[in-house]
Amino acid sequence: MGEAIVITSGKGGVGKTTTSANIGTALALQGKKVCLVDTDIGLRNLDVVMGLENRIIYDLVDVVDGRCKIHQALVKDKRFDGLLYLLPAAQTVDKSAVTSEQMKKLMEELKQDYDYIIIDCPAGIEQGYKNAVAGADKAIVVTTPEVSAVRDADRIIGLLEKEKHMEPPKLIVNRIRNHMMKTGDMLDLDEITEHLSIGLIGIVADDDEVIRASNHGEPIALNPNSKASIAYRNIARRILGESIPLQPLEEANKGMFSKLKKFFGVR
Amino acid sequence: MKKRQNVTIKGTKDGLVLLLDDLCSYDELKRELDLKLSANTRTEDERHLISVKLEAGNRYLTEEQREELKELVRQKKNLVVDTIVSNVLTKEEADRLRAENEVVTVSKIVRSGQVLKVSGDLLLIGDVNPGGTVVAGGNIFVMGALKGIAHAGCFGNNQAVIAASNMRPSQIRIHDSLHPAQDFVPAEDKHEMECAYIDENRQIKIDRLQALIKIRPNLTRLEGGH
Ligand SMILES: Nc1ncnc2c1ncn2[C@@H]1O[C@H](COP(=O)(O)OP(=O)(O)O)[C@@H](O)[C@H]1O
Ligand SMILES: [Mg+2]
Repeated sequence: MGEAIVITSGKGGVGKTTTSANIGTALALQGKKVCLVDTDIGLRNLDVVMGLENRIIYDLVDVVDGRCKIHQALVKDKRFDGLLYLLPAAQTVDKSAVTSEQMKKLMEELKQDYDYIIIDCPAGIEQGYKNAVAGADKAIVVTTPEVSAVRDADRIIGLLEKEKHMEPPKLIVNRIRNHMMKTGDMLDLDEITEHLSIGLIGIVADDDEVIRASNHGEPIALNPNSKASIAYRNIARRILGESIPLQPLEEANKGMFSKLKKFFGVR
Repeated sequence: MKKRQNVTIKGTKDGLVLLLDDLCSYDELKRELDLKLSANTRTEDERHLISVKLEAGNRYLTEEQREELKELVRQKKNLVVDTIVSNVLTKEEADRLRAENEVVTVSKIVRSGQVLKVSGDLLLIGDVNPGGTVVAGGNIFVMGALKGIAHAGCFGNNQAVIAASNMRPSQIRIHDSLHPAQDFVPAEDKHEMECAYIDENRQIKIDRLQALIKIRPNLTRLEGGH
């Protein structure tokens, strides 16, 4: 029986879809059987980031409405030997087309066949969010080092903490730009983690390669030579239970790194 | 045999005390009160108001009955009711009083969009994040950082205070007074607990925590302490 992890943030554009694609990819690289589920109905793009857009036949709404079987809707990623699949979101219907109950049932079924189900959550806190969270066992909250993103992350964490069926959420700080943190133009990591007071599971630098890779439908995690790729692979290994200290970003200042080590109990 | 008195009048140096029997009917009580006071006040000096205390014993008096009795006494020219005491509270009143005097301890982070409300005092072990709100009928004590909104004395208690280990609120309210963040200079690196209260000019004032010892001695609940 696998586990379902929802990737959420409250605010849009902070990197939920990018994170979902890369964590899914990195877990598959570790030999796990992974299903990516795009719940951003009406605004799907996980398929584009994964480069699987052209092979979609059915979608999530077709499955819950019984128009097709789950396996018919799942798009297989040929780069992985039967380890990575995508259940795409519907593009044409609105979010109220699916209920939380239907999502729960769908997740239960997927968990029979997959080690990890990575759920890409839409922005906001309405029905789309509720659906994404309904069948999840764990949550990862993505934020960027900006006041508004952290504020929304705080709101989402408050909602997630009420979900009694879930473990306490973990945090990813995405799009870190060291020079801006240093000059105080961005929140620094200590401020963010102290403020949100949940465990940090990874930090990802702001990296043009991420955008380039996404635009080519090749998640950056496939490229072993980029910093962002290493960051996503490390997050995947932490999800698998390995205790890997946070990698300092290039030029990361010492204070920050030691705080991060403290977070993972590394001395 | 002498009939039992339903209204007994006693004179004290502060005015009159009327002991009201708590076994007779309310109408009987009213009738006798009316009679007794008419007989009694005629000889008094009518230029001075005399304050009257009504002691109702174990009789519960509704708000309307209290008004009625006050009115009845007031009609007797120079008498005015100062206080009415009764040993009896309704269950709701008792529950409310208990709730308002209770210290509720909560251990959590009040996050953006969340509202935590208690009737009595709030002891929060955690932070109030920006966008989060804590509201209390009584005082608010935040053991962590107060970065959101805190509203103390929300039922009209302007003696209520707010204290926080790290006072960086976006807004502070006590009863109906408001203190927005821009008027607020945080004690940046002082690492000192601070408090907020309404001062004699009806302004919210922020001060060191220790200021409360002087200005709000009633915060101490310990009886017979040193
Ligand atoms: N670490 C990163 N470095 C650079 N660009 C990033 C990074 N993470 C995300 N992006 C870019 O930010 C944009 C929004 O990301 P996306 O994953 O679609 O956000 P969301 O799903 O939260 O709306 C995309 O153009 C994406 O390529
Ligand atoms: Mg998205």
